[in-house]
Amino acid sequence: MLDTDNDALRLGDTTFTSRLLTGTGKFASKKQITPMLEASGSQMITVALRRVDPTASEGNILNYIPKSVTLLPNTSGARTADEAVRIARIAREAGCGKFIKIEVITDMQYLLPDNYQTLKATEILAKEGFIVLPYMMPDITVTKQLHDAGAAAVMPLGSPIGTNRGLEMKPMIKMIIETSKLPVIVDAGIGRPSQAAQAMEMGADAVLVNTAIATSGDPSMAGCAFAMAVKAGRMAYLADMADTKTTARASSPLTGFLRE
Amino acid sequence: MNIKLNGNNIESNSLFLMDLVLEKGFDPASLVAEVNQEVIRQEAWKSLSLKDGDSIELLSFVGGG
Repeated sequence: MLDTDNDALRLGDTTFTSRLLTGTGKFASKKQITPMLEASGSQMITVALRRVDPTASEGNILNYIPKSVTLLPNTSGARTADEAVRIARIAREAGCGKFIKIEVITDMQYLLPDNYQTLKATEILAKEGFIVLPYMMPDITVTKQLHDAGAAAVMPLGSPIGTNRGLEMKPMIKMIIETSKLPVIVDAGIGRPSQAAQAMEMGADAVLVNTAIATSGDPSMAGCAFAMAVKAGRMAYLADMADTKTTARASSPLTGFLRE
Repeated sequence: MNIKLNGNNIESNSLFLMDLVLEKGFDPASLVAEVNQEVIRQEAWKSLSLKDGDSIELLSFVGGG
């Protein structure tokens, strides 16, 4: 089969051969994370920071993530740029590396990101040397502003977090892909491998999938399915698929020998 | 002395940050500590003395997307 390993995704100073980012949330058991990473080949995974829970039974989540996988701490729980900045600094001090997914949410009903606070946090953290991946409401103006603020990519949402509804924001994401100089990682709402493939066919540089994998009946199988879909979608994009037509175009010659 | 630990006011006799972590029964290996909004590296926990009124956050990495 055709090798696409030289088609790497570059984020900051790091390259990835896998274009599937995964997350550690919502797994029935943390023990499912290691085999899922192996089955999916995902090279980057999100983690969150919380006040310590004395009743947590399975220990440190970082123990379930192989060292070869890049950690992407998120700033979930932050409602302002300052809170996001504080979480990012803590994560870096804790040895999580310099990647940070900025997630600033003030809308508790739909969990949609606050682009203004996200932009402010991006500006501060990029200056501090973080590789900043902001989770954002799809908007081409904000995409440009995030670029100017030093973001390493943009992460527009497909649909609200955890909904599995796929690319409800498709037209907006398409505009971002067309106009953005930054890598575009579609994050949130991708519930099926077919939706991930669709994002990649459209020209997204990567997708981040957490809920759909973690809450499936078999996270390793789902992780592998998403990896294959992402790869298929990426290859279709690289192959430059022909446009759709409104009328039929014969694939076989219609002129023949059966009649005059 | 009175300390604010993860948002709750508590009474503690621990002299150093590490003593407090152990007093509360936490496994230091999986924790991140912030004292008065400053991250304290684990190497310094044994020597960081606590003061009355300190605000301490003990955090850990958890699952998240």
